[in-house]
Amino acid sequence: MRVEAPISNEVAAGLRAGDAVWIHGIIYVARDAAHKRLVDALGRGEALPFDPLGAVIYYMGPSPAKPGQPIGSAGPTTSYRMDPYTPTLLAQGVKGLIGKGSRSEVVKKALCEHQAVYFAAVGGAAALIAKTVQESEIIAYPDLGAEAVLRLKVAGFPAIVVNDAQGGDLYEAARKEWARK
Amino acid sequence: MREIACAEISQTVARLCQEANYYLGEDVVTALRLGLAAEESPLGREVLKQLLDNAEIAGSEQVPLCQDTGLTVLFLDLGQDIHIVDGDLGEALAEGVRRGYGEGYLRKSLVWPPIFGRKNTQDNTPPVVHTEVVPGDRLTITVLPKGAGSENMSRLFMLTPSDGVAGVKRAVLKAVDEAGPNPCPPIIVGVGIGGTAEHVGYLAKRALLREIGRPSADPRLAELEAELLAEIRDLGIGPAGFGGRMTALAVHVEMAPCHIASLPVGVNIQCHSARHKTAVL
Repeated sequence: MRVEAPISNEVAAGLRAGDAVWIHGIIYVARDAAHKRLVDALGRGEALPFDPLGAVIYYMGPSPAKPGQPIGSAGPTTSYRMDPYTPTLLAQGVKGLIGKGSRSEVVKKALCEHQAVYFAAVGGAAALIAKTVQESEIIAYPDLGAEAVLRLKVAGFPAIVVNDAQGGDLYEAARKEWARK
Repeated sequence: MREIACAEISQTVARLCQEANYYLGEDVVTALRLGLAAEESPLGREVLKQLLDNAEIAGSEQVPLCQDTGLTVLFLDLGQDIHIVDGDLGEALAEGVRRGYGEGYLRKSLVWPPIFGRKNTQDNTPPVVHTEVVPGDRLTITVLPKGAGSENMSRLFMLTPSDGVAGVKRAVLKAVDEAGPNPCPPIIVGVGIGGTAEHVGYLAKRALLREIGRPSADPRLAELEAELLAEIRDLGIGPAGFGGRMTALAVHVEMAPCHIASLPVGVNIQCHSARHKTAVL
């Protein structure tokens, strides 16, 4: 199904683990070092470099764009490294996270509490995903290079809902369904 | 004594860095196609299709298969009758990486120091270099760009001799099970058995260089590889962790002699973007 970003409360609450979505609109890129800075900024009482209400954060560090490309290869990075920072960002109104791999119990609980959703994109499908990025702009921490915060305009960004706002977990359900013992 | 100039080595490394990151090996493509035919899970099939499409795009447009173009691991089989001239070998290898990543639009993913304020080294140097001195007058260079998503899921187990084959299998399955969706399945599992704590990690990494689908030449290891692959596929993790059979494309096991009191097991996990390219000078 088509999902518009920023994501409304109603849409976030209605998504279910296992749903295939195509995201259209504006998403923000931040990974390890940027997460530390974002949360440190909040700790000092400063504003985030983007409006967090309904925002979708994509855990990614692109390869350099070739001339004429809006972005280089742009697949998801592993999400658990962002777990310590995620509840703080969800409390600011962030509604969607995109990465790959399992989240902590604390993050899953925070998703339910704040009615937000964790999506996975297919790790390693980076050239394919880059085709859905129409515009890319650095909006904060340019000194971090591949880890700078970006604003992306995407059309049809492919993702799967892994953790929904009701506690549904695709990774756990998939293991139960497909394990053979 | 055959002479090889440093400039030729740099140029070769630069080319291999780019080729490894743009062109998925035919063995991996074949394994993904076979996996697509065998996968029972609809979401799993969708992931495998995306990965085949991705390889097609990356190869035809000469862009990286994955944005994580890795820490550059270099394997050198250096003939003992070779004389490296016109420079320093270590610097020639680093220059190759610098040029390959710079000119090839590959991501620079290294920081120094690893603690005390991690700063990007800006040119993806230094590479990790493994050199074996071998008979002859040829230099074989293999470039393996290793992404961190899968490397972070790799494990070292210092087992004891009584753990035996069953203990080795438990260790490998534990590593893959705990990794779950994180290392970008379908994975290739490199396993080292024997040696020492540091050597077994090298064996496990080197096992990744073997062509996918070619079992070990040792029939006992070939059987162990087949058993491990079947048990890994029973875990149900599936492509991208979305559930299914194709959790792994292959298990490659290598052995070395070890101490009477030891049974080291190294597990090096490789994502489906199993990139490596080789040249012989």
